[in-house]
Amino acid sequence: MSSSLADADRSDEAAIRFSGVHKWYGSFHVLRNINLTVGRGERIVVCGPSGSGKSTLIRCVNRLEEHQRGSIVVDGVELTDDIKRIDEVRREVGMVFQNFNLFPHLSILENCTLAPIWVRKMPRGEAEELASKLLARVRILNQAHKYPGQLSGGQQQRAAIARALCMTPKIMLFDEPTSSLDPEMVKEVLDTMSELAQEGMTMIVVTHEMGFARQVADRIVFMDLGEIVEVNAPLPFFQHPQHERTKLFLSQILHIRH
Amino acid sequence: MSLASLAYVREAPEPEEAPPILSSGALAWARANLFSSIGSSFVTIGCVALIAYLLPQLAAWATTRAIWSASDGAVCRQHQDGACWAFVITKWDYLRFGSYPAAERWRVNVAEAIGAALIIWLLWINAPRRVWAAFLFFVVYPILALILLRGSSWFGLPIVDTQLWGGIFVSLLTAVVGIVFSLPLGVLLALGRRSPLPAIRLASVLFIEFVRGVPFITILFMANNLLPLFVPETWTPDRLLRPLAGIVIFSAAYMAEEVRGGLQSLGRGQYEAAMALGLSYARMTALVVLPQALSLVIPGIVNNFIGLFMDTTLISVVGATDFLEAMNNAIKDPIWAGPTIMVTGYVFAGIFYFVFCFGMARYSAHIERVLAKGRK
Repeated sequence: MSSSLADADRSDEAAIRFSGVHKWYGSFHVLRNINLTVGRGERIVVCGPSGSGKSTLIRCVNRLEEHQRGSIVVDGVELTDDIKRIDEVRREVGMVFQNFNLFPHLSILENCTLAPIWVRKMPRGEAEELASKLLARVRILNQAHKYPGQLSGGQQQRAAIARALCMTPKIMLFDEPTSSLDPEMVKEVLDTMSELAQEGMTMIVVTHEMGFARQVADRIVFMDLGEIVEVNAPLPFFQHPQHERTKLFLSQILHIRH
Repeated sequence: MSLASLAYVREAPEPEEAPPILSSGALAWARANLFSSIGSSFVTIGCVALIAYLLPQLAAWATTRAIWSASDGAVCRQHQDGACWAFVITKWDYLRFGSYPAAERWRVNVAEAIGAALIIWLLWINAPRRVWAAFLFFVVYPILALILLRGSSWFGLPIVDTQLWGGIFVSLLTAVVGIVFSLPLGVLLALGRRSPLPAIRLASVLFIEFVRGVPFITILFMANNLLPLFVPETWTPDRLLRPLAGIVIFSAAYMAEEVRGGLQSLGRGQYEAAMALGLSYARMTALVVLPQALSLVIPGIVNNFIGLFMDTTLISVVGATDFLEAMNNAIKDPIWAGPTIMVTGYVFAGIFYFVFCFGMARYSAHIERVLAKGRK
């Protein structure tokens, strides 16, 4: 099969490779010389102060933002203006947003089956079966026929995770998935994400949840002012931060959280 | 006082109680809405008194004192304190069909009955197989209606020139054609106006701003006089087709701005979520953007439909005979000349337009309630 051949060709490739990526918003230099390789099955947590470019970084992975210099290769496909390549990447990369962005005019089940049916050309019955399986996995199968507005924030975010998983992506991006949740609902979403991580999904998570980062991440990327300041495994990252900016950041947020 | 005495721990749950009397029910409603203050009580009583004084007179004018049958206007001229329904009844066939040949009028009735049935099927939210209704109404019905109304030698139906068409039939035809074509065209223009491609954007903006900047009558005259110049002489557009094109063009520009409002109120997150799932522009627009944008602007769209229905009365300036024009012609009949006859005619026309427009308004309110119930 040609697809397995393609997979074999890509097998030694990283899941995502940023090489010398720069991006500007007008004259504002928002990403500066980003070099980062994310291995297959690797869990990366990106943290940093607001405005540091961490959301922009992951939004470049599925081309919601376009970079102006350098290269981003996702699953062996380099992102360019070519709409076919962008679609190819988007089919393999799932994304979860801070504000859920569920489609309010569709039921939870329809939210989940929309892309499989129209992008993957899956028969409706098969798509509904898959969606039910994934909704059961995030423990909201009993809400499948409700509309997003009738669910709590935590349930909506889990539905959004199920919707992304319905495309059976190879890579999942999380853009501050718990930042707009009530405190009581943060845990249910983080638990769902931890389960996903244990199953070997390649993940990039932008979050301020340092407990989650400590438990789940393989590496933590700390960003400030559009550049990567420090990358390290969780233990040394929290116990022995090297850069002064990292130390300051950690002392600020850990102070708040304890 | 010690700090410990300020602390509190609940021991038994607070019971749930029924609301106090007079906080709900008809009496409470009347008190809150009709008699909330002395001034409002006076206004309420004043309005009720006015209605009680006027309504019986109006009812008597329209029923007991009205003339229901007469062969000409003489009786109506003698009884000027009642409506002259005899006039409307006598002229009914002309008001209904214009100069459409009497022997062929069954064709109009059949076409209208099929159209009405399909529209009800289409608008009835819980009706089965509405996709079929849409297919029949938008694809099969226009061809069928054209054959029925215009005639076709193949089916042994004599050709009836559109110059003979008139009355309520033409008003309904104009409204339906206007609504059916202006909404999709308006949606395309609204999408075009937000297109990333400069040429499409410019063309949409020029069209919308030009049409919005010109009175409807001007558009009608332009459609009537300019349209024939743009097409080959052998293919000259029909005299009725020209005002139909005019009303579609005019209404589409307003529709486009209404739809654009809906598109703009949609958050960026919806577009991003659709793109992140890999949906193409066309699918994103059809499955995610338009369903939300259009349901947000239903009141505005229906408002445009109502305006369009009123505007159908203007097609008479380019020679088409709509219902109001038919009424004007009927009133000019010297046999039926008389003050109450004219008033009766216009009251009847008013009721006709009101029934349709009020119906559309109620239907849109119903749709809004249905959409709101499921989703919020």
